[in-house]
Amino acid sequence: MMRAAVIQFPGSNCDRDMAVAIRDITGADTSIVWHRESALPTGLDLIAIPGGFSYGDYLRSGAMAARSPVMQAVIAAAGRGVPVLGVCNGFQILTEAGLLPGALMRNAGIRFVCRTVGLTVENSQSMFTSGYAAGEKIHIPVAHHDGNFFADDATLDRLEGEGRVAFRYAEPVNGSARNIAGVFNDAGNVLGMMPHPERMIEAMQGGSDGRRLFEGLIREIA
Amino acid sequence: MKTRIFVTLKNGVLDPQGKAIHHAIEGLGFSGVHDVRAGRLIEIEHEPGLSKADLESMCTKLLANMVIENFEIEQA
Repeated sequence: MMRAAVIQFPGSNCDRDMAVAIRDITGADTSIVWHRESALPTGLDLIAIPGGFSYGDYLRSGAMAARSPVMQAVIAAAGRGVPVLGVCNGFQILTEAGLLPGALMRNAGIRFVCRTVGLTVENSQSMFTSGYAAGEKIHIPVAHHDGNFFADDATLDRLEGEGRVAFRYAEPVNGSARNIAGVFNDAGNVLGMMPHPERMIEAMQGGSDGRRLFEGLIREIA
Repeated sequence: MKTRIFVTLKNGVLDPQGKAIHHAIEGLGFSGVHDVRAGRLIEIEHEPGLSKADLESMCTKLLANMVIENFEIEQA
């Protein structure tokens, strides 16, 4: 059976949604792991860093959480090739931890953005996006204040050249460089994205475009 | 002993917060302000023996995000 862990920080608020999505869609034995743990459960097939406002966004969004004890174990697992999915605050934490390039800055329009947005799937060849077609337009909600992706031009060129842009916003959302909504690490086993796929997994929620991310993931992992 | 650490956005990094402050200043009727950039001041009380290298290391490991920010260390 597939095994997954969702990391929980003080101030996480999408941890249960993420665990439910993973459990329901993939059937994985999914545990919630408190950030003070220095070790992760053994034999994990997936680690998810959920959304929320870890540590009240003190210092910078994700900055404190990225230095939590459990993150050393997450970094080690990512290095061994374990898939790591960071959503929203999880994306911020992964950039702060150095697992993903760039930084998530305050939205260019200053305001918190909370709505369903159109995304273009840029790369469907990854373990996270194989449930989509390249160039496909999907709809997934965002809810963030700091989603404005920034990296220097050389880094952005490299990300694009290496197929490491997973999703782009199909409309202006937060001022992100080159409309980037999600990126992979160089090995392709770490994905950070601002939109919340776990909030779009069944019709009741207004759509199920997020569901295919998890469906694709389980096919790739199995 | 006290050290002050100033964390500021790098040149060229857009600062929406600074822009909003600039707007608010103009809204109060002040004119002649060209640009506003917001940063962060962190004051650290510490033993006199704490080395500059340790302070720099605190900055690069936590206090500043070197992708977007610079820091300056001011020792009293």
